[in-house]
Formats: sequence, C-alpha cells, structure tokens
Amino acid sequence: MRNTWTIAWKEIKTYFASPMAYVVAAAFLAITGFFFVASVSDPFSEASIRGYIAGAIFFMVFLSPALTMRLLAEEQKLGTLELLMTSPIREWEIVIGKFIASFVMLALMVAGTFYFVVVLFWFGDPDVGPIFTGYLGVLLYGAATLAIGLMASALSGNQLVSLVVGAGLLTALTVSNFVADRLTGTAEEIVSNFQLGSSFSVFDTSSFGVVEGGHFADFARGILSVTDIAYYVSITAVFLFITVVLLESRRWR
Amino acid sequence: MIRLEHMSKSYGDYPAVIDVSAHIKQGEVVGFLGPNGAGKTTTMRVLTGFTPPTEGTAAIAGYDVVSRSLDARRHIGYLPESVPLYLDMTVMDYLRYMGQLRGMNRKWIDERLPVIIETVRLGEYQNALVGKLSKGYRQRVGIAQAIIHEPDVLIMDEPTIGIDPIQVVETRSLISELGGEHTLILSSHILPEVSAICRRVLVIHEGRIVADDDPENLSDRLQHAERIEVSLRGTEAGAAITALRNIQHVVDVRRDTRPTQERLAEDGVISLVVDARPDEGAPEDVARTIVDSGWGLVNLHPLPMTLEEIFLELTTEDEA
Repeated sequence: MRNTWTIAWKEIKTYFASPMAYVVAAAFLAITGFFFVASVSDPFSEASIRGYIAGAIFFMVFLSPALTMRLLAEEQKLGTLELLMTSPIREWEIVIGKFIASFVMLALMVAGTFYFVVVLFWFGDPDVGPIFTGYLGVLLYGAATLAIGLMASALSGNQLVSLVVGAGLLTALTVSNFVADRLTGTAEEIVSNFQLGSSFSVFDTSSFGVVEGGHFADFARGILSVTDIAYYVSITAVFLFITVVLLESRRWR
Repeated sequence: MIRLEHMSKSYGDYPAVIDVSAHIKQGEVVGFLGPNGAGKTTTMRVLTGFTPPTEGTAAIAGYDVVSRSLDARRHIGYLPESVPLYLDMTVMDYLRYMGQLRGMNRKWIDERLPVIIETVRLGEYQNALVGKLSKGYRQRVGIAQAIIHEPDVLIMDEPTIGIDPIQVVETRSLISELGGEHTLILSSHILPEVSAICRRVLVIHEGRIVADDDPENLSDRLQHAERIEVSLRGTEAGAAITALRNIQHVVDVRRDTRPTQERLAEDGVISLVVDARPDEGAPEDVARTIVDSGWGLVNLHPLPMTLEEIFLELTTEDEA
C-alpha cells in the first residue's frame, strides 16, 4: 500500500507541474459554470445544482480521459513501465496509485464548483438533499469515467489513442439508451441498465438541466439508491481490474 | 547469486533464448557478449522478472523470478537499454521516487542520495530536469537509479550505447568501480568494453551460450593464428599476395582495407594482412621474401587477435 501512495503522490505532483490538468480544470469550471448560470437565470427557475450536474457529467466523457490519458500511456512510451515492473511493486499498486491521483484531481475540480452552492444559499432556499446526493453522484460517476480512461491508457503508448478510446467507450456507455430503444426483452433491460449516465438534455432547452435515464437520474433528484451506487462502484472496480490485467499481460508479450 | 537452469524464452513461435544455463557467484562481473538480437536483452528481462521464462527457471539470490518475483526483484538494480527516465522530474526527485519504489525509507534515501550523486558525478545537475540533460548525463541518472537501493545484483543492458566517446570512457570506469561492490551483469556488443570490465564472458549467439570463459582464456583458446601487418612498396598488390602466400606456414594474405591504410596506398604503399601458423617464424620469412624480391619493406608488425575476431569466429562456427 505504501507504494500506492508513493505513486499517487508522484502523479499528483506531475499533474500540478503540467498544463493538462489546468486546461481540463479550466474547461470543466467554465462549462459547468455556464450550465449552472443558464439553469438558474430564468425568472422562476429552481434553486438547484441540476443544471451544473447535467453539464458536468456530460463533459466528463471527454475531460476524464484527458486527465488519465497520460498516466499509463507515457510510462509505456518512455519505457519507465519496465522499471516499475522490475521494481518490487505489484501491478495493482501501480494502477490504484494512478487512479487515486486522477481522482484527487477530479475531486479538486469538483470542489471548485462549491461556490454554486454558496450562490444558491445566498439568493434562494435550495433543498440540501439533492445537492448532497448530486455531489456524491458526480464523484462516483467521475470515478467510473476515470477507471475507464485509465484502462484506455493501458492499451498503448500513445496518449491520443487512449484519449479517443476512453472518450469513445464513455460515449458508447452514455448513449446506450439509443441501442436499448431498438431492443426488446432481456437484451433491452441489460443494455439500458448499463447506461452510465445520460445528459443529452443539456442540448434540449425545453428540459434544460434535467438528467433523465441512466444511473445518474436518482442522484440528481436527491435519491440515494443502492443499485446506482453499486453500479458506479462496480464499473470502477471492473475497469481497474481490467487495467491490472492489461499491465500483467505486458509481461507475456 | 544468479542461477539460470535450462531457461528458454519464446515470443510466440520465435525462440529468443534457448536452453541457457549459467551460475553466477556473488561478486562476479560477467559480460553478455553477442550481436544485436542474440538474446541478451531477453535473458536480462527474465532475470529482472520483467518477463517470465517459457521453460526452465531463473533465480536471483535464491528466489525464483516467477514464484518469488517480488523477493527476487528486491535484490536487483536494473538499467534497461533505453534508459527510461521521467523527463519532467528533477534528478533528485527522480532518484528519491525510484528509491521509495525499491522500498527505501526516507532516512535511508537522505543518507544515500549524496553518496550516489558523488559516485555518478552528477553534482552540478542534481536539481536540473532530467529532460534537459544530455544523453551521457541521463545515462548516469539511469545508473544512479539502478544502484540507489544498494542491490546485490546489478544488471545493465548496453550501458554505453549511444553516448559520446569521452563519456563512454567515463561510464566504463564508473561501471568498473561498481563491479567491486555488486554482482554485475553487463551486456554489450562492443567487445573491448566487455574485456575491459568483465572477468567472465558469456558469448550469446542466436539465443544460446556458445562460450563461457574469462577474456584471456577466450583469446588463448582461439589464438590458433598469428597475424602480421605488412606494408611494402615497389610492386603490384597481386604479385605481393601471390609471393607471400607461397611462404610455408602462411595461411592467408589479404589487403588491409582500413581507411588509414588506403591513404598510404596513394603513395604506392601496399598494405597487407598476413595470417600464419603461430611460432613458426613467419614474420622473418615474410620480411626475407619481401627484401629478396627487391621490394621496399615499409612496415611489419604482429597484430594481436582481438575479442572481436574471437567473437566472430565463435559465432560463425555454427554456420560452418
């Protein structure tokens, strides 16, 4: 476990020393800020963070893989993976360390949006429940997207490839409801239950900021469901496990 | 300290290393010598636990590299051929990080860092970004990360490849110093390097060990020819070669095609290399033949057989 923290701490320092994390954080804060303002600027709008959340989870499809794309791809490109894998460290310690670092960055980014809540309390009387579950949901959803992005980063030594594969997978999981609509019976149920989070309402002015479908909807409404929490935790665990397997398989090539 | 038992490693159908067995004792300095693609790097990757052997076993300090991989890895310091470094870290940060990953605590690292920096002579660059260093200095950082945790076994893959000649000399002397403290394995296709540093040479060719001896024995064993370099003037090369070939004990005569000799050729000097059976007085016979023929003898001296040629002979025997 000590190795995990050593790796996580090194990666966090690297994030702060490289422009990518700042670019991603700036994009995240700008986009979510825009959606938040747009969702509360009507005369009779609801004092909630649902508009921010809809924007946040949609753009994490691209921003999370941008945060994780370097983590394992660069180790492969520089050849430093050979040093890590000949040091007395286990593969899972490498993967978890990198994951923790990216999650800390994501959490810091999300923490940068707390002023939305302050603004809501200043000008209105928001419901605390949905704010709490909304933030919890964003973190759980974020963890799942980072795990998928990290898996994509283990695939090759090319950061661009890992970005495209990660964002592609996340997009596929986001729009799986379109596939489910064309299926019936068990197949429909399975595919629709695999929807990571749909937020296409960000582009629909009539239902602006309403998160429908996917496992995110209940978090946005203020409902904590074991199914949804288990879903995001499982997705995170499964993709981190695949990442470990991908690293281990490097030994056999 | 290091034990390879009938170790083979294939990548798919391609056999990279075939049935290699070797025992290396503590404190030995061993060179893996062979051309590119001979299987040196693969053997090292098996020893460092990077890739498991397809057949047979390998062990470091008594720990099998597959079943007790972490214990085996704790005993090695490894410098891969590509010298992998994090370019966006400073030298000190990088070494501290690698030390931590090798299980060193903060106190040990703080004690060890100044010693390491001194050993590899990186003093003035210790706070520079690794990415800003020249290749030779990066090599030193690579060596530093391999020795920071005072490993029993030091494994270096082509440690002087791609750096400038002055730094090659410095790196070699640095590695020689390290040989005193560690069990050292070094791979190279640069032959003088192996004979200068190593007390034992394993010649690897097409995945097999074709010779295992100290550098002197290797050259003794193979010194079944005496080689003489001759420069002469006043005749055609063809005539000289024919005349010298007729001398008893001379095995072969050919033109010396090294660039330095070709420059002499412009002055009408013919440079030849004569191979003869040893201890039969061939140099005298060659000199007498040249003088008796009325040609000018410009230069004549015996050439030592280099490891390079030994190596060529060893590795071409398979095909013969």
